[in-house]
Amino acid sequence: MLASVDPWILAFSLFTVVATVAMGFWAARRSRTASDFFVAGRGVSVGWNAAAISGEYLSAASFMGVAGMVMSSGYDALWYPVCYACGYLFLLLFIAGPLRRFGAYTIPDFAEGRYDSPVFRKIAVIFVLFIGCFYTMPQMKGAGTTLAYVFKDITWFGHTGLPYWVGVVLVGAVITFNVALGGMKGITMVQAFQYWAKMFAISVPVFVLLSVYGGYGKQLELNGPSPKVGAPGQGSQTVTRVPLPAKAPADAIWLNPFGPLTTKAAKAAKPTVTYTGPLVTVTRQFAGQGVFDWAKDKGGFNSIALKGGTWSITNTVDLLARKTLDGRPGSARPYVIRYAPGLAEAQFRMPDIGFLSNSKIATAVGQQLATNGITVLVEGDTFTAVRTADAIIKPIDPRPYALLYTYSLIIALVCGTAGLPHILVRFYTNPDGVAAKRTTMWVMILIGVFYVFPPVFGVLGRNFLPALYAGTGAKGTDKIVLELPRLLGEGHGVWGSILSGITCAGAFAAFMSTFSGLLVSMTGALAHDVYGRILCPDSTPGERMRMFKWCAVAMGGAATMLGCLVEPLQINFMVGQAFAIAAASYFPLLFMSVWWRRMTMPGAATGMLTGGTCALIAVSLTNFSDLNWIHLAGYWSEHPLLRILCEQPAIWCVPLAIGLMVIVSLRTRHSVPADIRLKMLVLHAPETLGLKQEYIREHEALSH
Amino acid sequence: MLSPEPTAADHIHSESFLHSLMRRQLRLSIACAAAFLLVLFGLPLLNYFAPDLMSVRVGGFTLTWLVLGILFFPFVWLIAWIFIRRSIALEGRESRDAQAAINATKR
Repeated sequence: MLASVDPWILAFSLFTVVATVAMGFWAARRSRTASDFFVAGRGVSVGWNAAAISGEYLSAASFMGVAGMVMSSGYDALWYPVCYACGYLFLLLFIAGPLRRFGAYTIPDFAEGRYDSPVFRKIAVIFVLFIGCFYTMPQMKGAGTTLAYVFKDITWFGHTGLPYWVGVVLVGAVITFNVALGGMKGITMVQAFQYWAKMFAISVPVFVLLSVYGGYGKQLELNGPSPKVGAPGQGSQTVTRVPLPAKAPADAIWLNPFGPLTTKAAKAAKPTVTYTGPLVTVTRQFAGQGVFDWAKDKGGFNSIALKGGTWSITNTVDLLARKTLDGRPGSARPYVIRYAPGLAEAQFRMPDIGFLSNSKIATAVGQQLATNGITVLVEGDTFTAVRTADAIIKPIDPRPYALLYTYSLIIALVCGTAGLPHILVRFYTNPDGVAAKRTTMWVMILIGVFYVFPPVFGVLGRNFLPALYAGTGAKGTDKIVLELPRLLGEGHGVWGSILSGITCAGAFAAFMSTFSGLLVSMTGALAHDVYGRILCPDSTPGERMRMFKWCAVAMGGAATMLGCLVEPLQINFMVGQAFAIAAASYFPLLFMSVWWRRMTMPGAATGMLTGGTCALIAVSLTNFSDLNWIHLAGYWSEHPLLRILCEQPAIWCVPLAIGLMVIVSLRTRHSVPADIRLKMLVLHAPETLGLKQEYIREHEALSH
Repeated sequence: MLSPEPTAADHIHSESFLHSLMRRQLRLSIACAAAFLLVLFGLPLLNYFAPDLMSVRVGGFTLTWLVLGILFFPFVWLIAWIFIRRSIALEGRESRDAQAAINATKR
């Protein structure tokens, strides 16, 4: 069975997994106390810590998702790597130093300490879990995609290739096991190692590929006005690219700053049409008699016939899925579109358009009728047909929408970085505030250098492996980083396999490290906060340690299950959503708590809960719709603005959260903590003044 | 380290000390954030209003790709480096000022 697996790829992947697990065990033996377990004893050096933060941050989204998205969407997708890296600046400017000076294990610790409110801790814990869940789903997709690639040729119960979910379950089990045994101390060492593994894995193949096929700029130039098309050339003199398939976006669109990603909603929107000629109103209704039944036509395509005054559409794909055209399960009932006499009689084929929503019918019917000189418009259940010659069709200008999308995405990523719980917890492992700042500087350099490379894979992939444009799920562009180095195999023998093995190892490092970091963070929230503080405040450290392990198993299982559901969604897109939720919940909380002394607990809670929940609901709606669990495509084609605000909610959720914090805080002025001046001093005064010790003394005096 | 005399603590705990402390820090942070946001938010605007300029080819890259995909990173490092130097210097100054004020009250 294993004979059909590339030995190099398997060896590199296995080595990464074994090394990660072994380091977890090794570190587990060294971590003794509960404090060690949670925050690694607070004594990690700047270099280690920066590499560990970077290692934890560079997830499957950075390693695989960015390249895949640059390949599929072009320039649009560049905002992701840039903002992933530069979001740290916000963290550095406004949050890193004060947070470290204040000193607490986790964000809920900070929330409780800043407002002297154990209740607020319980509220603040919620978003650690939500953000963590959204962040683990794409990691799991990365795992499923990578394993499906490594084992793509094996036979599995009669099918070729390992199913996506098997990879998810395998990786989920290994990491859950590792975290339950290792804790955070192990993770610091492992994460730092993982950073260098990922850096090596992304950069070396790029250097090799570019030296063989020509430089970054040269590759990008191929996507120009007169692309040279042919087989991938050897040597930089004859750089040519593989012809693009029909599904790939055209050069001009791909390079456009407002490309497929940001203009998607506006392009799906209904155009405005004015017409002058005779009108034909066509009403969508269920058929009576005499309807042309295309259910008999199982040829894999759908058809429409214009015959004797009746147009009939039936989707064979839908019939097989036992869905009617309005989305309700049941027996198939074909649609009838009637038209008044006078239009040309025509017969034509419709492409396979999958699930028939109103907008999809409109698009498909419209495309087909257009060749017959007829334009079809959809308004609710009414189809209107006009002669194209008589219609003036004005599609909405997608550029303003795309600009809004871009800004919202930037806000989500930049503010979200500053509110990621699993990253913030690491700043507490710095010995002091100055070290926290130095660490952030190094993190920015380490991840900035990294993020130059994934887009190169996207560009090369477009030029040399455009076949991936046709794939979906685990077989789509998200696997370009893994697949591309194999090109070298054609002409350079075993080197292609070795390089592909290296990127596979990097991918393993990526989703394993981020997933374990998230698992520690979520498990910490459950064990440290929910169990240790809320359920059983009297529990012994030993009991908490045992609870940590059980929580790790529970959270790991939940994350694995979620991961199995999200194969159709793009890795990078899902991570962006986790950032949006963080940007609307924790970022306003931290930013305002640090810089505005009149913030009150009710204000902070209201803003954080409302902003975070709105973002959560908005992105969930988008996902449910994209996974076809709910059907909103028709609605969104009429309201493209709402689609953008749901897909990228940061632009309204972040101001909403901050606004609510200000309003509610001003109305609950009396509940500003009494020692707010001392708290602000601890947050802002240089540590050499020793205010932290004084603060602790005073709090101890109060509680005794 | 903090002197145990009440007069010294009075200075550090005074409203004016906290006020100037936070204002100086916030001013530095906002200045750096403004430089960063100007470029970050300016780039989409340039793409929007000057698409021809931004699609000029520079060494194979379109100008806007070169800026976003490569040049933006060193720019952010520069801001971060300036901020860290200034903020460490600021902390040193604040700490010296506080110490000097404490010494003055002792005398």
